[in-house]
Amino acid sequence: MAGSNPNAKPMNLTLKVWRQRNRNTEGRIVDYKVKDISPDMSFLEMLDVLNEDLLRQGEEPVAFDHDCREGICGSCNLFINGRAHGPEKGTTTCQLHMRKFNDGDTITIEPWRATAFPVNKDLSVDRSAFDRIIQAGGYISVNTGGTPDANEIPIPKDIADRAFEAATCIACGACVASCKNASAMLFVSAKVSQLALLPQGHVERKTRVENMVAQMDKEGFGACTNIGSCAAECPVGISLENIAIMNREFINAKATSNNLA
Amino acid sequence: MSWITKTFSSSIGRKIIMALTGLFLCSFLVVHLLINLQMLRHDGGASFNFWAEFMGTNPVIRAMEVVLMLGLLIHIYQGLALAVKNKKARGTQGYVVNHSEQNSQWASRNMALLGTLLLIFLIVHLMNFWIRSRFDAMGGLAEVKVPNLDHPVGDLYSVAAASFKIPWYVALYALSQIALGYHLWHGFRSGFQTLGLNHRKYTPAVYATGYAFSVIISVLFAVIPLIMFFSSAYQPRPATGNTVERSLTEEPALR
Amino acid sequence: MILDSKIPEGPLAEKWDKHKFNVKLVNPANKRKYDVIIVGTGLAGASAAASLAELGYNVKAFTYHDSPRRAHSIAAQGGINAAKNYQNDGDSVYRLFYDTIKGGDYRAREANVYRLAQVSVNIIDQCVAQGVPFAREYGGLLANRSFGGAQVSRTFYARGQTGQQLLLGAYSALSRQVAYGKVKLYTRSEMLDVVIVDGQARGIITRNLITGEIEQHSAHAVVLATGGYGNVFYLSTNAKYCNVTAPWRAHKKGAFFANPCFTQIHPTCIPVSGDYQSKLTLMSESLRNDGRVWVPASKETAERLRKGEIRVSDIREEDRDYFLERKYPAFGNLVPRDVASRNAKMMCDEGRGVGSSGLAVYLDFADTIKRNGAEWVSSKYGNLFEMYAKITGEDPYEQPMRIYPAVHYTMGGLWVDYNLQTTVPGLYATGECNFSDHGANRLGASALMQGLADGYFVIPYTIGDYLAQTAPKPVTTDHPAFKEAEAEVRARVQKLMSINGTRTPDEFHKALGHIMWEYCGMARTAEGLQHAKKEIQKLRKEFWSDLKLVGTEGEMNQALEKAGRVADFLELGELMVDDAYNRNESCGGHFREEYQTPEGEALRDDEKYAYVAAWEYQGDNQPEKLNKEELHFENVKLTQRSYK
Repeated sequence: MAGSNPNAKPMNLTLKVWRQRNRNTEGRIVDYKVKDISPDMSFLEMLDVLNEDLLRQGEEPVAFDHDCREGICGSCNLFINGRAHGPEKGTTTCQLHMRKFNDGDTITIEPWRATAFPVNKDLSVDRSAFDRIIQAGGYISVNTGGTPDANEIPIPKDIADRAFEAATCIACGACVASCKNASAMLFVSAKVSQLALLPQGHVERKTRVENMVAQMDKEGFGACTNIGSCAAECPVGISLENIAIMNREFINAKATSNNLA
Repeated sequence: MSWITKTFSSSIGRKIIMALTGLFLCSFLVVHLLINLQMLRHDGGASFNFWAEFMGTNPVIRAMEVVLMLGLLIHIYQGLALAVKNKKARGTQGYVVNHSEQNSQWASRNMALLGTLLLIFLIVHLMNFWIRSRFDAMGGLAEVKVPNLDHPVGDLYSVAAASFKIPWYVALYALSQIALGYHLWHGFRSGFQTLGLNHRKYTPAVYATGYAFSVIISVLFAVIPLIMFFSSAYQPRPATGNTVERSLTEEPALR
Repeated sequence: MILDSKIPEGPLAEKWDKHKFNVKLVNPANKRKYDVIIVGTGLAGASAAASLAELGYNVKAFTYHDSPRRAHSIAAQGGINAAKNYQNDGDSVYRLFYDTIKGGDYRAREANVYRLAQVSVNIIDQCVAQGVPFAREYGGLLANRSFGGAQVSRTFYARGQTGQQLLLGAYSALSRQVAYGKVKLYTRSEMLDVVIVDGQARGIITRNLITGEIEQHSAHAVVLATGGYGNVFYLSTNAKYCNVTAPWRAHKKGAFFANPCFTQIHPTCIPVSGDYQSKLTLMSESLRNDGRVWVPASKETAERLRKGEIRVSDIREEDRDYFLERKYPAFGNLVPRDVASRNAKMMCDEGRGVGSSGLAVYLDFADTIKRNGAEWVSSKYGNLFEMYAKITGEDPYEQPMRIYPAVHYTMGGLWVDYNLQTTVPGLYATGECNFSDHGANRLGASALMQGLADGYFVIPYTIGDYLAQTAPKPVTTDHPAFKEAEAEVRARVQKLMSINGTRTPDEFHKALGHIMWEYCGMARTAEGLQHAKKEIQKLRKEFWSDLKLVGTEGEMNQALEKAGRVADFLELGELMVDDAYNRNESCGGHFREEYQTPEGEALRDDEKYAYVAAWEYQGDNQPEKLNKEELHFENVKLTQRSYK
């Protein structure tokens, strides 16, 4: 069954794909042709076609990360034609569809580039730095059980909504990939501001921001210079306001916490 | 490291320093511009020289001058340090194709470049005016009488008027104001964001103010030398044995 | 083997409390002497890992993703049920229990389901304390919505991303324990076998997906929280990596596999658009709260529509058949998933389907938009509408969505007793990986509830009971069983690499999926199932002689990963077919065409089939042995489910 345009013609495309054997070898761009690509295919389905062709020909398929293919797991992470997740706003790579391209197009596909995101192979990168930042404080310290009734603390709807919007971050890393400084501020601030907005998060707000920022710096991410590429390319629309909130939290924590270290 | 050094060596701490010094430098620009505008008065530089004297002798201003210099140096140092850190974070392998123009403003991505251009201009500019007016060993200024003051003051006006008759200097000056404009275009609002001053009610006003500020400041700074270059109403006083002034003024036009 | 479900004695409502008192405890100082392996970091795995680490056990958590947060729980959209009765609409633990038993078509254990309903209320408290931003009312209290199979509003939600928010809550708790050093995290590590020492699960063998290294890991107990096996159908709403390998390896080492044929077909998915399709996308069931399901009343209209001679807007109100509202006036569009799916299929079989393939029905929001405005709809379902528009290129605000059923969830899984222990001592299964709570059909918003109930509130008690009876001596990988298991894994990987045939893993997977969907999908017949069995056996043979792989096993090799998973699906598929063939009745997600009421509803046979079919592995290419756990219903009366 066709989608928007049942008469759309299949496309032939040239792909320029970054190939790199592993972390310790040099990579390079390799050209491939794919034929009869339906405009209703997703971008990753187009890559599936390429990989099936390669495998049948006895060549190694292109490694790339993906999983849910519905824009929520945050696995997919391709830099397509000079843009994180490609040309469509508010869209992950897996939700990008080929109807956004034209027959005869050349598409350049690269992995995220950042010192903190080393390449595993081809288009797959290591984003474990994000996990370590969360481990540094991206949580509320409550053990299982012994928690008060869920309705004990009323939370104004607009606050809950804003916390939710910050919490929708999928940790894909597009913010880092598109930032000139490879800064992770949008990612880190989304978690800091979610937990700073909610009353449950207030208890640890000072140590949280101090520790998470310290870990972020330790991982080798750059400093934010408020360019705004991150928010512009964020597939789930995390706002720059979160970075301001984090800056505020940081200033407050550093100025008033009892932590002398 | 103590908590203080840790704070200001963290990525956010460095940015806070950039924001504080940057916004402070913005306030200086306003004062500087107001005084520069005095040159356009048709009073042979009397008002300008009066205020120049004030800036050079008032103890509060002199004290602030030290703070300003420190602020400027810190701003430059941190800016360069950030640029180096950020380049390292980006890594050695860049993108083969990168369309960052589709997700951000040119000025925002090129603050380090703009800052460097401004630094080059500043060096020339300071050598020309500030060092000269502050340190007699560097040439000093001729003395003139101005109304309302019973003692003679340094004739900075003539230095400026003479400089603004040199085509390459006027061009450098005016072009540098474009760099300044772009630098402010990003820097003003960016400073607020870094300090956490982002609120859906007020941020639009901050943006608008920043854009207006950058245009007004840079345009006014740029038009002063242009007017003085093209108009015959602004002339330096004839040289009175001041060799440095002569060397700057290739063809001293006499009134 | 006689299956002992270990259901505690006593009245239903007191069983769990009594059991908690009766289980043995590990003294707090001894807990740090026990290691527990948890495979999978979705809702069930992450919550268990965090909770066990909080208690003091040393946890090793494994995931094949690059981060625990990528587990497919993240994609759950609609919500999580809990018997909080915040809406004052008559909900209670008993009602949630009753709805779940009934929704599961009376093929689940009463005691397990009641416990699930009991702890559901604690889950919500726990998640809110973690900072999960559930939807709220203007007064600041939690909001609820209603879901299929229930007449009360008991579903807590975070817009259309409830699974994401709950998983991030569990992930944050897990991350905290990683920071404390109580959980050691192994990412990009795929479990390829379980190690049994003297009849007890004592470790696992994994493959590092980046380096290809085969590794041994030991522990006092192993918990599998590896999700469902819906991807046996190739096309499903599961994520691409979802697979059956971990439970299937455990099955081959002695864990019984229960009710494998119970698969849930979700009614509201975006229809297939071409044969390149790699997965199907779910549109949350919550959409059925405000969307109306319909097809053209006549075949002729439907045909003209498919040919593009008329448009949807040309079809008059009286020419539309809102078939769910017509057939089930009491529940309307909110009938359980199996009923909604089957009816959509019926409409398409009658030739009244829409879209160019005719394999879709409409889900229409026009009335709601007219009543409440587009903005209201957007605030509730905005992200789902966007997703639909991205995938189909159509605007659901302007024209109705096209939906069709797709494989979504597998109720079957490893057989576990009341303690969630499999038939292998020391080996546990939680979440979708086990078979325990949903019977033959799962109600919407109950999967999240079960995953978290198992992980936060059940396994922390029950695993202690087992560990308390195990000596707190260190378990190492020195035992020869580890070497043997590793050698087996290596041999299998090398075998896959050395076939050197012509067909890719995906080709085999697609072929298997086609067989499964055709003969073991929404409607099954004895004849079709027998045919499918032969087809699968044939395909499996071809797989082991004609598989094509390139590269080496000592590096990142995604095709190799895929091949290993497909190999296990090819074995599971046959067992599903056997199970479906054995069950001569229709119940929930299992619909045998031979067994239906005159109105086309599922016809159960409680006399003969009120049991759990637990299959026991007997060796390669040997028929599996059927073990029966009879189900006893002491609190609910078995009736024909009716949603009219």
